[in-house]
Amino acid sequence: MLKGRLRKDRIARHYMLTVTILSMFVLVLIGVGLLVKSLPIIQEKGLWTLVSTSNWRPFKGDFGFASYIVSTLYVTGIAISIALPLSLLTSIYIIEYASPKILRAFSSVVDLLSGIPPVIYGVWGTLTIVPFISETLAPHFVEFSTGYSALAGGVVLAIMIIPLIISILMEVFGAVPKEMREASMSLGATKWQTVKKVVVRKSIPGIVAAVVLAISRAFGETIAVLMVCGNFTDLPKSIFDACYPLPALIANNYGEMMSVPKYESALMFAAFLLFFIIVVFNVISRIVLIQIDKRYQL
Amino acid sequence: MKKLEERIFKFLMIGSTALILSLLLYILYIILMKGLPSLSWEMISQIPSGGFYLGKEGGILNAIMGSLYLIFFSVLISLCISVPVVMYLNFTLRRKSKLAAIARLTFDVLFGIPSIVYGAFGFTVMIYFGLQASLFGGIIAITLLIIPVMIRSIDEVAILIPNELIEATKSLGATNYETIKVVTRQLLPGISTAVLLSIGRGIGDAATVLFTAGYTDSIPSSLLQPTASLPLAIFFQLSSPIEEVQNRAYSAALVLTIIILILSFSARYFSRRLSKNKI
Repeated sequence: MLKGRLRKDRIARHYMLTVTILSMFVLVLIGVGLLVKSLPIIQEKGLWTLVSTSNWRPFKGDFGFASYIVSTLYVTGIAISIALPLSLLTSIYIIEYASPKILRAFSSVVDLLSGIPPVIYGVWGTLTIVPFISETLAPHFVEFSTGYSALAGGVVLAIMIIPLIISILMEVFGAVPKEMREASMSLGATKWQTVKKVVVRKSIPGIVAAVVLAISRAFGETIAVLMVCGNFTDLPKSIFDACYPLPALIANNYGEMMSVPKYESALMFAAFLLFFIIVVFNVISRIVLIQIDKRYQL
Repeated sequence: MKKLEERIFKFLMIGSTALILSLLLYILYIILMKGLPSLSWEMISQIPSGGFYLGKEGGILNAIMGSLYLIFFSVLISLCISVPVVMYLNFTLRRKSKLAAIARLTFDVLFGIPSIVYGAFGFTVMIYFGLQASLFGGIIAITLLIIPVMIRSIDEVAILIPNELIEATKSLGATNYETIKVVTRQLLPGISTAVLLSIGRGIGDAATVLFTAGYTDSIPSSLLQPTASLPLAIFFQLSSPIEEVQNRAYSAALVLTIIILILSFSARYFSRRLSKNKI
């Protein structure tokens, strides 16, 4: 009887350990897999040539990623500069000023927003943001824009990363001990001064972590950006020009890559680049967030 | 002066909160208004017939069924992996274990990896094994995508289970495995929320299935056939120049949004109802 129970226990333990190790190993596997696939192109061209030139002619064997990398930075930059102020203001309001009822209601809004699939954001973007840019906004600044532009991609991305930033910020602000706020108020500071000088200042590592996480999310977002960005291989000159971020490049060219030599390797290099940057960013910001959690728990 | 600054910022804060709320409503409104006119029973009950992509008859049943197949099997597989992982991290390892900390960090990082990378990786693996774009490939890619979602979300609940419950069970002579069976009851709300969350994440993702599952007009009858999926149906039809086809993309978007909303609300409902079992 006991023997049977112990055997069951042992089997369960082994199974659990195996799946845990295996599923952690997926991270290594993805990294190694993509690296192996992208080695041929790195060896042929050299890492620096790949990321610093912008000649993209797969049929002639030219693979320069510069314009895709610049596009990615462009779109991400626009997205963060829209999303960060909005998310900061909103999460400060929700945590510091709003009633618990609003807090609860607003958490569902954040959940809903983060649950909407990228493709829906893309559809929405082509229906609203793109025509708005081409008809209303762009004529003030440039002669002509189709609306499928870096700006459209940035705006759609901003809306997609807002729920992520807000949910982290709400946790970060919530983690600041109540006593600190009370100490500040008891010294005669107003509510706003307390928020500005105590809560926000204490939360700066957390805010940075949230931004880094949001950047890495924005880097990798594919379908929504692909649908509104225009996908034109050239260095974008203004935010009203079409651009072509890395993930969109991978998604758009997968079908034809098999027939051209080195094309697969080049696209895998793009995927590896994304993977590498995102893993580094994620590890750093997660460690910061874990430290914040620990500091206030004890 | 002090007061003025506070007032300006309070105004800005309320403004941005209202803006985010109205963005959500605006997105839902646009999808509803654009999708409703061409949504019909035919749309969701038929597969594409000849000339579908020129605006003729047919529906997106192939995509709906494809998405359901994909998500059903992926969720099933990821449950068999995620639940044991969470059990191991929380109830077998000690609370302050190094392995558990590293594992949690790893899953956080995996959670942050974009779906296009999972798609590209899945595709490479498929080429390695000589597989074509198929239902099977799609299932593998989506499983990889949702395992971290599931683990993180179950883990959030598991971490809250009081140590005393575990100690009480063990002190009665239960083995580790038997303790886990007891604790599972407490974890049910977490597991059901996690399942709904990962269905939402998996069913709406286009970039993972783009290369791994392919696209076809028929409902797949075996694991090795390619399959359509809802997000790709929206994506492909929207890029068509013909208006009827574009309209269909809008109503497909509405169908997907409705599915997501139902999932999201039932996740809320379940986690509230089942949490009555909590101690």
